[in-house]
Amino acid sequence: MEDLTLRHTTRERARGNRQMAIIGVVASGNLEVLTERVLPENECVVEIRTAAEGFGEVWAAVVADFVERHSPGGIRFAINDGGARPDTVSLRLAQAARLMESDQ
Amino acid sequence: MIAAHPQARPSAGPDLSTSWYEASARTRVRLLLDPSSFREIIGPEQREVSPHLRLFDLPEQFDDGIVVGTGRLDGKPVLVAAQEGRFMGGAFGEVHGAKLTGLLRAARDAASASVLILFDTGGVRLQEANAGELAIAEIMRAVIEARLAGVKVIGLIGGRSGCYGGGGLIAGCCSALVVSEQGRIAVSGPEVIETNRGVDEFDSRDRALVWRTMGGKHRRLAGGADVFVDDRVDAFRAAALDLIASSGSFGLHTLEAEQARLADRLRRFGACQDSLDIWAEEGVADAASVPGMPADQFIALADKVWRIPRDAR
Repeated sequence: MEDLTLRHTTRERARGNRQMAIIGVVASGNLEVLTERVLPENECVVEIRTAAEGFGEVWAAVVADFVERHSPGGIRFAINDGGARPDTVSLRLAQAARLMESDQ
Repeated sequence: MIAAHPQARPSAGPDLSTSWYEASARTRVRLLLDPSSFREIIGPEQREVSPHLRLFDLPEQFDDGIVVGTGRLDGKPVLVAAQEGRFMGGAFGEVHGAKLTGLLRAARDAASASVLILFDTGGVRLQEANAGELAIAEIMRAVIEARLAGVKVIGLIGGRSGCYGGGGLIAGCCSALVVSEQGRIAVSGPEVIETNRGVDEFDSRDRALVWRTMGGKHRRLAGGADVFVDDRVDAFRAAALDLIASSGSFGLHTLEAEQARLADRLRRFGACQDSLDIWAEEGVADAASVPGMPADQFIALADKVWRIPRDAR
């Protein structure tokens, strides 16, 4: 297992007011993303525990792209990864950000 | 070419025709219960993960593969537990099991709400085998104690991992079971039987054999499951409501009736070599047609063959 923590400063706060959401499942080629609105509004942290070691650069690129597209300020993302491909990671992150856009 | 037709888009509301088999544990709970009524206990944000998986360098899941909480079913309070069959095959570990044990003990103490267990499990998680086996024993005791307190414990089985190993034992302790064609119920799974007894005893690669021996249709016809439903969330919901209303009280008389039912079943079918023989003995005219039969036709057939006695179980 490998632990990674990626920190970003965001343009704006994540929309919506939902405090917590979870999406996905920890299975081969899949991952779960837990989101919590617990950070200052211009910060975003992505904590990753992954079964596939040595892919730190790919994670950094996928997360940087996600933060640029969605600007999820104020949200901490916690990921348990079962060896998902980058496109699956991007999809799950986008799903998680979308869930947090609701009001409750 | 796919036409971009406005009516073809999925509706915004809860889709009760959703496949139970395809849905995640969280989706099953959300669609099964009254809208927005679910309140999770020990949710993923509390990060009560397995203390063992890290030792094996394996990934954890924040809810350890089971969702437990309270909700309402047609307005009435229920306690619910749902296993996620895709995380480690829905297997029971220490935390996973403790969450279900705690829910059942709360149900026993309150003695006012029914319990729904959405099984989706291959049995005990091998990486935490001793803790998992102990959890199975604790859960079985907790199911019986809850039932003695007057609580109905209904098992719903239709997930991709089926209901195997210790899950099959717990299911056998429930007040009543709902099963779909995809929901297999057994203790030893196909590969386990083949490994221990040889391919002549059970060929685990013979999928038709697996389904007609352990699948929902056979469990319904043999009396192992009370209700057979189509693979839809609304069908499971309707069956759960029916069984909460109709399953009987529990006591020594129930166990004696169940023992008599099982002894009678063994006497009648003990010499049968295949499920097909049992179905024929039960009076199914064309037993070979059962595996391919659509759900609605099978339900009509099963109801005609026999209804499960409600004094047993």
